[in-house]
Amino acid sequence: MNTAEIILFWLFAALTCGGAVSVCVSQNVVRMAFALVLTLGSTAVLFLLLGADFVGATQLLVYVGGTLVLIVFGVMLTATGPFTRIKSSAADGILSGLIGVIFLFIVASTVTSVRWVDTDDGQGIASKITLGAHLTKAEGGFNPAQQGNTTRQLGLSFLSIRPDRDLNLGVRPATSEKPKLSTGYLLPFEIVSVHLLVVLVGAAYLARTKRRTKT
Amino acid sequence: MQAIGPNPFLFIGAVLFVCGVICMTTKRNGIGVLMGVELVLNGANLNFITFSRFTPLGLDGQVFSLFVIVLAAAEAAVALAIALNFYNNHLTIDVDRGDELHG
Repeated sequence: MNTAEIILFWLFAALTCGGAVSVCVSQNVVRMAFALVLTLGSTAVLFLLLGADFVGATQLLVYVGGTLVLIVFGVMLTATGPFTRIKSSAADGILSGLIGVIFLFIVASTVTSVRWVDTDDGQGIASKITLGAHLTKAEGGFNPAQQGNTTRQLGLSFLSIRPDRDLNLGVRPATSEKPKLSTGYLLPFEIVSVHLLVVLVGAAYLARTKRRTKT
Repeated sequence: MQAIGPNPFLFIGAVLFVCGVICMTTKRNGIGVLMGVELVLNGANLNFITFSRFTPLGLDGQVFSLFVIVLAAAEAAVALAIALNFYNNHLTIDVDRGDELHG
């Protein structure tokens, strides 16, 4: 990472955390929706900084463009006044803030106490992750992970073709039998597409206009 | 300046997760609970992408985060439909009012 990326990282990290905290703190639904837009957009920038360009673009398109618009429509359709407030009491706010700080301390101290990346003395977790018995990490393969440009590999992995894993398998001399290919994601892709269709039909059925019952 | 390791990203993921859980448990507005769920899913997504970048997990983490995004969109659609039905029946979206099923 160069200096500009590091500055961008800290800027959007602060925006993400501040947006998330203000979603929690704010009592106004419209302001919560705006803070959520800020958080999700900053998270998309963090995805781009991590080299996941397709996921970052999908986050912007689907989350910020689709899900957030859906939520804002929900706010508009269920608000009785222009600035609806359904308040919690102040004691609840203090208590939940205290619990949140303790919970964040527990989670963050646990997560950051592990040495995820390999260091010089070989103490990291990353080298101990096994990819399967027949697999090693493909050195100098199709496209190294930190380069971005993942769209074609993601599309091929949804078709159960894995050039990022399998491209250099044939040149390894140790195995005499044919190398096994890595698994892809064709079946989950089909399942999730049918699931999306069923869910949208069901949501349209549930949300259809009915006569309002007397209360 | 030195390069950024996985720990700051994981810390941001932890902040998103904790804020989402607190939002889910304390908001009385149904839409607010929905926003808390979205925050939790984003924290999980950020962890997936971080590990796909810094460990040999590789592209699988990005594939799983794509699935999470799609399923979150589906969940938001259904939850919003339920919220509209709840509003039609109760004329409010306060989740404390949905107590008709208690025994």
